Amino acid sequence: MIDERDIQDKDINLGAPNKGAASVRVRRIVAYIVLILLSILCLVWFYILFINATRSNGDLSRGFRAYPSDRLFVNLNNLFHGTLPVARGMLNSLIIAALSAVLTTYFSTMTAYAIHAYRFKCRKAIFVFILAVMMVPTQVSALGFQQMCHNMGLENSYIPLVLPSVAAPVVFFYLKQYMDSNLPGELLEAARMDGAGEIGIFNIVVVPMMKPAIAVQAIFAFVGSWNNYFMPSLLLHKDEMKTLPILIAQLRAADWLKFDMGQVYAMIAFSIFPVIIVYLILSRYIVGGVTAGSVKG
Amino acid sequence: MSRKLSHTQRVNRWGYIFLIPFLLAFVIFQLIPLISTIYNSFFENYMSGLTHIGPTFVGLENYKKLLSGGELLQYTKNTMIMWILGFVPQILISLLLAAWFTDPSLRLKGQRFFKTVIYLPNLIMASAFAMLFFTLFSNVGPVNSILVSTGILRHHFEFMSHVGSVRGLVALMNFLMWFGNTTILLMAGMMGIDTSLFEAAEVDGATAGQIFRKITLPLLKPIFVYVLITSLIGGLQMFDVPQILTNGTGDPMRSSMTLIMWLNKHLYNRNYGLAGALSVLLLIITGILSLIVFKATAAEEVD
Repeated sequence: MIDERDIQDKDINLGAPNKGAASVRVRRIVAYIVLILLSILCLVWFYILFINATRSNGDLSRGFRAYPSDRLFVNLNNLFHGTLPVARGMLNSLIIAALSAVLTTYFSTMTAYAIHAYRFKCRKAIFVFILAVMMVPTQVSALGFQQMCHNMGLENSYIPLVLPSVAAPVVFFYLKQYMDSNLPGELLEAARMDGAGEIGIFNIVVVPMMKPAIAVQAIFAFVGSWNNYFMPSLLLHKDEMKTLPILIAQLRAADWLKFDMGQVYAMIAFSIFPVIIVYLILSRYIVGGVTAGSVKG
Repeated sequence: MSRKLSHTQRVNRWGYIFLIPFLLAFVIFQLIPLISTIYNSFFENYMSGLTHIGPTFVGLENYKKLLSGGELLQYTKNTMIMWILGFVPQILISLLLAAWFTDPSLRLKGQRFFKTVIYLPNLIMASAFAMLFFTLFSNVGPVNSILVSTGILRHHFEFMSHVGSVRGLVALMNFLMWFGNTTILLMAGMMGIDTSLFEAAEVDGATAGQIFRKITLPLLKPIFVYVLITSLIGGLQMFDVPQILTNGTGDPMRSSMTLIMWLNKHLYNRNYGLAGALSVLLLIITGILSLIVFKATAAEEVD
């Protein structure tokens, strides 16, 4: 594996052990500098957003300033009494995201449990099938979906944005993997011996044991639905049904120069900061949960 | 014995029952719409002003129209350019960070803080993030205000009217939203490598760079393939960011119009024939790409 040139490098290193320690220190310093720069690159946009959301329109037009002002609540108050149905949009987003998160985790656990715990004829075929459709993007069937909702009178309704999350191959795959390593078969057998029914075992034994994995997936499902723009924008046309991303798009489409920019920033902050706050509280679980579903082990 | 077997069989029937919700939702909300999308692609069906033309069966006409027009090529090119501009720095930075985070000789402090920060943009509402960039980079926005007041620029720069800057902003946002995610995925892959390999190499006197090139990279190949292809599939679906940034126009001169933005446009204008053909094309491309991922990673999961 190691060719001759590498062996020569090695001799040089052995000849100068101090150089090795020094190079580690240099590399560590470089690593910290790069990490700090990248962190700034990630956060600076949200810092400017926060600053600007606290400033008045006139103040904003005088150019950028690095420290906040005191108009945040004035801006938010104006926003809520403005033309965009922001409060209603937030409520719609919350309802759709919460229902999606509950449905997708409960039923994906159920699907994972069916494949994990029972041995039936098409088990393997169905498992392969679910994995195979995992990557198919929702956009490719959007046309048929939009027409179906139109024909069934389901436009301007929560149903087509919530019910499809029952079938979520990615969530299923994550939970199935978690189940394989964390749900002992003896426990199910013991519950069966005690005379518990299969539905009872699932609800009383399996779901509570899956709580950590369900929590991680519920967060991801909630955020995914909260941020979703493509499908809702095709289905929700009535003002009282619109979600936050649609209102953001509406804000963008309006002749925004005539807007009170303090309000514009307040609206963006209003869509972004709740997620950031929740993320900072739950980040340990979220960052840990990123990998488990996608990479083996 | 036979009674026990029949009992097991009876219990195992519950497997089918527990699969019912998934299968029902899948068939109703994904399979039937997909079939009807494919069906639509063979029909002439659009709005011309207020009159509805069709639906009339036209065979492969929609596909011919789609493939012969220059738009498909142009929008595919736009999508790919913006994806590559975001992906190349993303994979390089992620690889570097993942190597640093997992390098035991560096012993970096504050890892959890850095991971939390770099993953944060991934959870931000893409449409709000794009709207934020639009206001920050507008002609009277704070970025121009800073550039002019510090004397870097004499006049404001119109970020939204130049092909390079619009594509660059889309790529920058995609980079920011995804490099943390990729770093964490690559880290998981690196930590999965048997540490005795590193120890053996160290005993043999290999340098950090050599260990990285000769051991880490080759063993990371499956995760590499996974990251590359899933990112490509995600790139093909690029929509929210350029849609909001350019207000759906893909300007300047449609240089930032992506495939899904085009699909969205057809769907809005009830141009169902072409929308159907475009969907089928996207389905075929993502299908092929998914197959590669499936072969590379998921196949071994099936016991």
